[in-house]
Amino acid sequence: MSAVADTHNQEHHHGPAKGISRWLLTTNHKDIGSMYLIFSFAMFLLGGSMAMVIRAELFQPGLQIVQPEFFNQMTTMHGLIMVFGAVMPAFVGLANWMLPLMIGAPDMALPRMNNWSFWLLPCAFLILVSTLFMEGGAPNFGWTFYAPLSTTYGPPSTTFFIFAIHIMGVSSIMGAINVIATILNLRAPGMTLMKMPLFVWTWLITAFLLIAVMPVLAGAVTMMLMDINFGTSFFDASGGGDPVLFQHVFWFFGHPEVYIMILPAFGAISHIVPAFSRKPLFGYPSMVYATGAIALLSFLVWAHHMFTVGIPLAGQLFFMYATLLIAVPTGVKVFNWVTTMFRGSLSFEAPMLFAVAFIILFSIGGFSGLMLAIAPADFQYHDTYFVVAHFHYVLVPGAIFGIFASAYFWLPKWTGNMYDETLAKTHFWLSFVGMNLAFFPMHFLGLAGMPRRIPDYALQFADFNMVSSIGAFMFGVTQLLFLFIVVKCARGGEKAPAKPWDGAEGLEWTVPSPAPYHTFTTPPEVK
Amino acid sequence: MRVHAKRALALVTGLLLPAVVMADWTMNMTPGVTGTSNQIFSLHMTILWICVAIGVVVFGVMFWSIFAHRKSQGYKAANFHENTLVEVLWTAIPFAILVAMAVPATATLIEMYDTTESEVDIKITGYQWRWQYEYINDDFGYFSSLSTPRDQIENRQAKGENYLLEVDKPLVIPVGKKVRFLLTANDVIHSWWVPEFGVKKDAIPGFINETWTRVDEPGIYRGQCTELCGKDHGFMPVVVEAVPEEEYVAWVAEQKEAAEAERQLTQKDWTLDELIERGEKAYASACASCHQPNGAGMPPAFPALKGSPIATGDMAAHIDIVVNGVSGTAMQAFGGQLSEVDLAAVITYERNAWGNNTGEMVTPKEIFDFKNKE
Repeated sequence: MSAVADTHNQEHHHGPAKGISRWLLTTNHKDIGSMYLIFSFAMFLLGGSMAMVIRAELFQPGLQIVQPEFFNQMTTMHGLIMVFGAVMPAFVGLANWMLPLMIGAPDMALPRMNNWSFWLLPCAFLILVSTLFMEGGAPNFGWTFYAPLSTTYGPPSTTFFIFAIHIMGVSSIMGAINVIATILNLRAPGMTLMKMPLFVWTWLITAFLLIAVMPVLAGAVTMMLMDINFGTSFFDASGGGDPVLFQHVFWFFGHPEVYIMILPAFGAISHIVPAFSRKPLFGYPSMVYATGAIALLSFLVWAHHMFTVGIPLAGQLFFMYATLLIAVPTGVKVFNWVTTMFRGSLSFEAPMLFAVAFIILFSIGGFSGLMLAIAPADFQYHDTYFVVAHFHYVLVPGAIFGIFASAYFWLPKWTGNMYDETLAKTHFWLSFVGMNLAFFPMHFLGLAGMPRRIPDYALQFADFNMVSSIGAFMFGVTQLLFLFIVVKCARGGEKAPAKPWDGAEGLEWTVPSPAPYHTFTTPPEVK
Repeated sequence: MRVHAKRALALVTGLLLPAVVMADWTMNMTPGVTGTSNQIFSLHMTILWICVAIGVVVFGVMFWSIFAHRKSQGYKAANFHENTLVEVLWTAIPFAILVAMAVPATATLIEMYDTTESEVDIKITGYQWRWQYEYINDDFGYFSSLSTPRDQIENRQAKGENYLLEVDKPLVIPVGKKVRFLLTANDVIHSWWVPEFGVKKDAIPGFINETWTRVDEPGIYRGQCTELCGKDHGFMPVVVEAVPEEEYVAWVAEQKEAAEAERQLTQKDWTLDELIERGEKAYASACASCHQPNGAGMPPAFPALKGSPIATGDMAAHIDIVVNGVSGTAMQAFGGQLSEVDLAAVITYERNAWGNNTGEMVTPKEIFDFKNKE
């Protein structure tokens, strides 16, 4: 009896298992969080290298490097990998690491499912990337895969793409269930909903969005699967189907999806800005309500992606008004961050640099979003590089800078070491300049009339394309520096105290750095 | 002096990079040449300046904080974290701005949707990868495809002024008249855009979308397909020639005559060589983008014709595939796209080119009979 108790006791105090089985079989939220983050960075480099191919081809007019068929595969795979492989898993990784630490929980609520939802992802992406080597090539119909280009006219690999999307969807839904179960059940005593850290709030809302829309995406690809392989005509007009139905279903998923990619970043920024302003976040309740409002409105605006498909005037007006309305809660968030900084005691370490750039550049993306919402003007902007500029401004300095800011902010907690501040600032400034050089000229290209998704262009677009490519190469290469900084930090460096940032608040800073393998086995008390 | 320097620079760059000499640094939307495009332009400028103004205020406060409220300068943080009045204001003011913006946008949109009382109706059909224009009141129509030579695209030849924005036969419309466009597509979704008209509308298989324009200045206006439609999406430009009324009437009469002459050709007796000669041209414009100029195709989506069982085997099967297409694949039905003469010529060409030396031919009359037998 006592021997059994002893073994039991030991199991509680031993560290992680050794070797590959630690990673394959782990149910530890920190291990799984790290795997998500590493995986997403690998996908970020892969998707990024495809962007480099795109920008190299667009460096000059004429076809130089790749043929149009391959170019279309690159734009499609770049989009799919960045959305589903880089941004979404990165936020799930941050959630895995930080949610239990922030709410004082010992782990995620459903640890075995957590392991499974991670390991499904490499399988899904193995399938997706393998389509590049199949006969007929990878999916080439854009990440929005509009039917019938993706059904009747799609390459043979489309079925594999559909399977990969299904697996990603399963993984995301399980991850979201886990997040909700953890937040609703495992909060430390005394942590009421309106005392939760904002990253927890934004992830809770994101998880509900995921559960609501990933099944819709699954429905869309299932209908494609039926059209391709089983003779149905959901999207085939010649069989009585409706190609526009695809767009409605896709964007009913797609619009909330863009908030899935940005809300967790909003949460992280709401920790970082107060920490480096040494001042509490301005308007915590309005931040929470604004996040909720954005999430609700995100279900009512999908057809603003479809202003040119010929929806009736009344529909056009409804979706224009609803879209304009989203600017109000989004504005509230930006005003709150700026007011948090106002009369603070500011310092500019790497997380704060990325956070400030996030606020400015995300706002620029928001402004172009406001312009795109004006339906008559959208007839000129739609499907041009103006749109490409818009969504890269909300995704690169939005989602991705949010992830970088979070990574630098919490790296000392994860590794127990401080990262190299000089290198991190270099990473920031090179990324900042490269990113603006790459994406700002795209506004001009779009307004001057350059359509998106073309491998070659008329001569009046040549100059800005060259500038944009140079910026893109600069941004791309700079990300290798980030890899170096993280590896260097993980291997050693100045030891980090439990709370390396003097203005930071929250339970995660009450545990030592690096955070022990098991934390909060007894819940802390929140007053 | 500066002009000379610019010219010298342009010359040098022009020698190094032939393309760049034509380029410019256009940064803004075109106001265009129609009432709609001008209204859109003014909406665009209004919302742009509103965004700039909001940006100046918000980023102004932020930069003030960044410069004045630094820890390194010993600034002590305040401790406020709420203020109901400010929060109500910055919810209400943006809301009011948006309402103010929505009013003119709504008015413009209502006008853009009014396709009634048109004087000319043109049906536009998107194909992979060209446009078909049908003048439905006058009973003629034609295809409009990219005319930029392959050599320019593949950098073997200097690029022309209208590189990728030029076609063999532009759409011709009269100035000062309300022209209604009816848009649809034959295969995948396309989108027909002329920036200077402020007109962009998706062409969707199974749907007919409507839009309209009234152009006041004669001229040549260029645009492109803006919905990803497959490999040559970047190579299906839109070119519209707006001409004065009299010129338009004369042009229509000429087109009707030409269409009649084309119909006459079906009755002519054709020789094998004549058909092959005509077929080579028709093949280049209708078939070569998929099946390739050398007939090798791009398997598996676009099979080879060179030595294929279709192009060297049973004639009836060959005609059937070209006329009716293959459902569920990228092979379109060309029966409605090409005239009987061109169908006969293409099929004859395919059976005799690239070593498919069957020596067989099919006449336009036989194609006509095949179509009517069905």
